[in-house]
Amino acid sequence: MSALTAERSIATAKQRLTARPTLRDTISQTLTMAWRALKKMQRNPEQFFDVIIQPLLFTAMFAYIFGGAIAGGVTAYLPTIITGVLAQTSLTACMATGTQMREDMEKGVFDRFRSLPISRIAPLAGPMLADVLRYGIAATLTLLTGFVMGYRPGGGVAGVIAGWVLVVFAGWSLSWIFAWLGTIARSAQAVQGIGMMIMFPLTFLSNAFVSQRTMPDWLEQFVNVNPVTLVINAIRDLINDGQVTGNVGWAVLGCAVVVAIFAPLAVRSYSKKV
Amino acid sequence: MTTSDLAVDATGLVKRFGSFTAVAGVDLAIKPGEVFGVLGPNGAGKTTTLSMLATLLPIDDGRASIFGVDVASAPHQIRQLVGVTGQYASVDENLTGAENLWLFARLHGRSSRQAKALADDLLGRFGLTEAAGKQIKDYSGGMRRRLDLGASLISSPPLIFLDEPTTGLDPRTRSQMWDTIRELVANGSTILLTTQYLDEADQLADRIAVIDRGLKVAEGTPEQLKTGVGASTLQLRLTDKSLVEDAALLVKRIAGVAPVLTPEAGGLNVPLPDANKAAEVLIALREADLSITSAAVQQPTLDEVFLALTGHASESADETEEVRR
Repeated sequence: MSALTAERSIATAKQRLTARPTLRDTISQTLTMAWRALKKMQRNPEQFFDVIIQPLLFTAMFAYIFGGAIAGGVTAYLPTIITGVLAQTSLTACMATGTQMREDMEKGVFDRFRSLPISRIAPLAGPMLADVLRYGIAATLTLLTGFVMGYRPGGGVAGVIAGWVLVVFAGWSLSWIFAWLGTIARSAQAVQGIGMMIMFPLTFLSNAFVSQRTMPDWLEQFVNVNPVTLVINAIRDLINDGQVTGNVGWAVLGCAVVVAIFAPLAVRSYSKKV
Repeated sequence: MTTSDLAVDATGLVKRFGSFTAVAGVDLAIKPGEVFGVLGPNGAGKTTTLSMLATLLPIDDGRASIFGVDVASAPHQIRQLVGVTGQYASVDENLTGAENLWLFARLHGRSSRQAKALADDLLGRFGLTEAAGKQIKDYSGGMRRRLDLGASLISSPPLIFLDEPTTGLDPRTRSQMWDTIRELVANGSTILLTTQYLDEADQLADRIAVIDRGLKVAEGTPEQLKTGVGASTLQLRLTDKSLVEDAALLVKRIAGVAPVLTPEAGGLNVPLPDANKAAEVLIALREADLSITSAAVQQPTLDEVFLALTGHASESADETEEVRR
């Protein structure tokens, strides 16, 4: 009797077999995974500390400390520092994405995800999509702090919105680098360590805080090719000048290239992970 | 598609981690509808074997198919055929029981509403309705395992892997888990179960493969394994304790072996190469007017089987397993 039932259930199961997840499946699974990540954020609100504290603290701190020295006054420095901190906070938030993903992957539930007939990219893409919320919060708070301090961007509302979107998109794109690090590093601490090593030179050796023209030649050349500089230039063009320039095009292209390289790498090493 | 396909057909499975060979050529042939137990101590290669079959680890050598589908070349299909319950509950700590099941049902392509209904149904079946709204981190070990098992059943997979389903559970929760597993069997699921508990394999499995150090050392029904190892024992207790010596002489004449005596209790343990000899011994005792209060034929336990097959006891590594996480 039970052998008969077994045969029937096997037959039905085999009839339903699909060769691979469709694009629609992939999108739906990614959204489900994003839902899981959002639930997790909701239950562990301390995950938002970095994207709430850092924009407030760094914006005010850098503006008051360096404003007079670099731009002759705090208000004059705001167009530089606000856009710089925008890029910096979204990079820091990216690093947290990678670290948290690594922590998450060590949990038993990821074994189940790997054993399910789902798209291989969904367990990675879901939490990264949810983290867009974090980049959004960071960018919004940085801009708000600026407004409170007297920042009046020349790009107007449209420029600010466009800049905000670019910052969030850049954050999401660059987080694929850290997601990949998360899949290859030995531990969450390692991701954090490597992340710091990447993040500090990239943010400080850019034009985020100081114009590269004041730097030695060799450093200026590095700053000019630093992808963070590209993004910051684009943000400044949008927010401060309200213009869609070539810089914006390069920044968007650069971000797309990062995703095109690191998303497949991350999925590959995640699938192979023991 | 042929119905004669084996549920699991594996030959010469090998897995190496660097210079360490975790699985050194294991063959498995599991029939549809049966409960197959893989028994072995911690580190024997049970979980590694299961992980290879579940596409969680690449197969280094050998080949495996599940219901006729090749594991190495069609991993996505295999994942649709197999439900995996991990050694440690593989559910999300931060989510509630209901949310976990909803999540997995959504991932299996159910609509939000269907997923909710299915989650409610499974929570009811596993006695977790009251805990539905609690986060998993507040669940007891037994509740986690039940939820984990529930999550594996969402897609009604024809083959279910249970990796040490009761490791670390207390005896009462363990027997509840066994009942749940027996229900699955009654519903026609094929089950591949790993365990380091001999009584668990004995209780649940139709057939058992004993694995030690990455190699299969024996295979058969629990009875075959026990018979293969040696004699069963006839345990007798006399009404009149003072007659133990007389009884012993008689038994020795009939059975051909000297019984082991426990004179204080009036007991005799008679090793029997052939269980049929038991009747002859009992008849002879009655003819000699030696009355008994109890008689039982005891088969060797799987513990003894294990010791005989592997040359070391089974309990060795229980503790290290617990502390691994």
